[in-house]
Amino acid sequence: MIARAPDATTPAIEVSHLVKAYGGVPAVNDISFTVERGEILGFLGPNGAGKSTTMRILTGYLPATGGTVRVFGVPVASRPEEVKRIIGYMPENNPLPEDMRVSEYLYYRGRLKEIPRGKLGARLDEVLELCDLTRVRHRIMGQLSKGNRQRVGIAEAILAEPPVIIMDEPTIGLDPHQILIVRDLISSLRGRMTVIISSHILPEIEMTCDRVLIINRGQVVAQGTPAALRREFIGQSRYDIELSGDLSLLPGVLQGVDPSLRIEPPAEPAPSRAMTDNAPDPATFQQIQLTTDREDDLGEPLLQALAGDRRFRLRSLTRSHPSLEDVFLVATQRSWDVVDAKAPQKR
Amino acid sequence: MRHFLTILNQEIRMLLVNPSTYIAAVLFLAVMGFIFTGILESYNASPQEMSPATVFFQYFWLPVFFMVPLLTMKCLAEERRLGTLETLLTTPVTTTEVVLGKFGAAYFLYLLLWGSTGGFFYILNRFAGDVRFIDQGPLIGGYVFVAVSGMLFIAVGVFASSLSRNQAVAGIGAFAFLFALISGLGFVEGMAVLDLEIMQPVKAAVGYAQVFQHLDDFTRGVVDTRQLLFYVSGTVLALIFSILGVEAKLLQG
Repeated sequence: MIARAPDATTPAIEVSHLVKAYGGVPAVNDISFTVERGEILGFLGPNGAGKSTTMRILTGYLPATGGTVRVFGVPVASRPEEVKRIIGYMPENNPLPEDMRVSEYLYYRGRLKEIPRGKLGARLDEVLELCDLTRVRHRIMGQLSKGNRQRVGIAEAILAEPPVIIMDEPTIGLDPHQILIVRDLISSLRGRMTVIISSHILPEIEMTCDRVLIINRGQVVAQGTPAALRREFIGQSRYDIELSGDLSLLPGVLQGVDPSLRIEPPAEPAPSRAMTDNAPDPATFQQIQLTTDREDDLGEPLLQALAGDRRFRLRSLTRSHPSLEDVFLVATQRSWDVVDAKAPQKR
Repeated sequence: MRHFLTILNQEIRMLLVNPSTYIAAVLFLAVMGFIFTGILESYNASPQEMSPATVFFQYFWLPVFFMVPLLTMKCLAEERRLGTLETLLTTPVTTTEVVLGKFGAAYFLYLLLWGSTGGFFYILNRFAGDVRFIDQGPLIGGYVFVAVSGMLFIAVGVFASSLSRNQAVAGIGAFAFLFALISGLGFVEGMAVLDLEIMQPVKAAVGYAQVFQHLDDFTRGVVDTRQLLFYVSGTVLALIFSILGVEAKLLQG
């Protein structure tokens, strides 16, 4: 399949200036991105951001209002039949016929996906094994648990070994153990297949994906590796320390360690922390957040300076990593601000 | 068209493993059996002019009005409601293949149900032992009519199913279309406005499209190619509209 592409270096997926409007209301508004071969791309966005719409257009199921989409150099709009042969797609909510058995369903799908009859049996066993479905292969799908249904959907998507796999929220409704299995499954595809997954579970995306694309209101608001996004949107590292002593002396000490260190004003307590830390600490240890623009680790000099200083008693020091969740919140918030700023001018 | 047989095979299999198919079949045979018994009793009471087969096929509208919507209302509406239409259409399958596969399976079941009424005539022949009851001409003509007109009726049902994601709406829609096709055209023919000189071509056209008239012709052994053309072209048209119906819904998302 890959050999049919014009040359081996064309990206797996190229989306340029994609627009999709439902009755004049844009759901996707001028999105452009590319996905390299063998890459796993995480697709993030709030509900209604246009994730599912974009994915449906990529599969050739929905026609776009404007812009072009190419999969291995094949334009989706004019040659959807070819594109459908090289894409495995699992839609949102993973619809399955209720009254079929798992193996029957996968056999039928395999026939539709043009797997030769002779190879289908072996491939079916392989996929059932891979997705841990061997035990339920003769069960009727209406009676399957959510996790099993979800894995049937994934099995169906990878059945024909397509070079591109698109999954819309594959881990929704799974328990942590099953999420782990699905994550391993997706990671095992790395390098062999190009994968696009959308998810609301951000640590999930962070662990499996090579690159993240955040969209909001039909527009790309951020893209890059999780680390690069962190630098771009958070732009600083944070240290949490627990300290007792005269805090007014602290800034002077910090200046000695690194001039960019600042004490963050105490934020409103996070709900989880407020629940665990109800009583004030008897030894008057206080939690303090420090931020710095430096990317290298200041932990050791900070520890030496504070521990060596007799005026302070240091109990803990941790460097906290901003999670993808923080990046997501900042990125989508920023794009809303932009939209809100533009809105009055339009009217 | 390589997927047509895969889809048809799948659809027929699903019909044959589904208990509701058998319930529908039993009820269909029960209703048709009552009608057949009623016909035989009227023959018992007094001599009749027409053969039992001719009278039996005049009741064809009863199963058409009720069985065809039941057979077809599910086929596309249910797939769309469950979202399985999306998974189906993202495989290398064209909408045409999907619609034809659904149509083929429903038509197969329709023929199977009607075919099973052949048992009535077999029993009659076996136990009455009188060949006068089994007039082969009307019998064969009647079944040919059922097979030919069934194509159009099923296609109309598939079309109604392509318009909605709600099975009930699809079923009522199919009933309404079939009623308009079978009985409505009879009313239209009787309208006074068609007696005007200028409306003569319309009157002639409506005259050709009388389903009951076609039935009479077929059971008398007259197979008119114009009537065949009416059903075949109507079937093709209804299926094209079904394909457009499925694709138009995609455009709206």
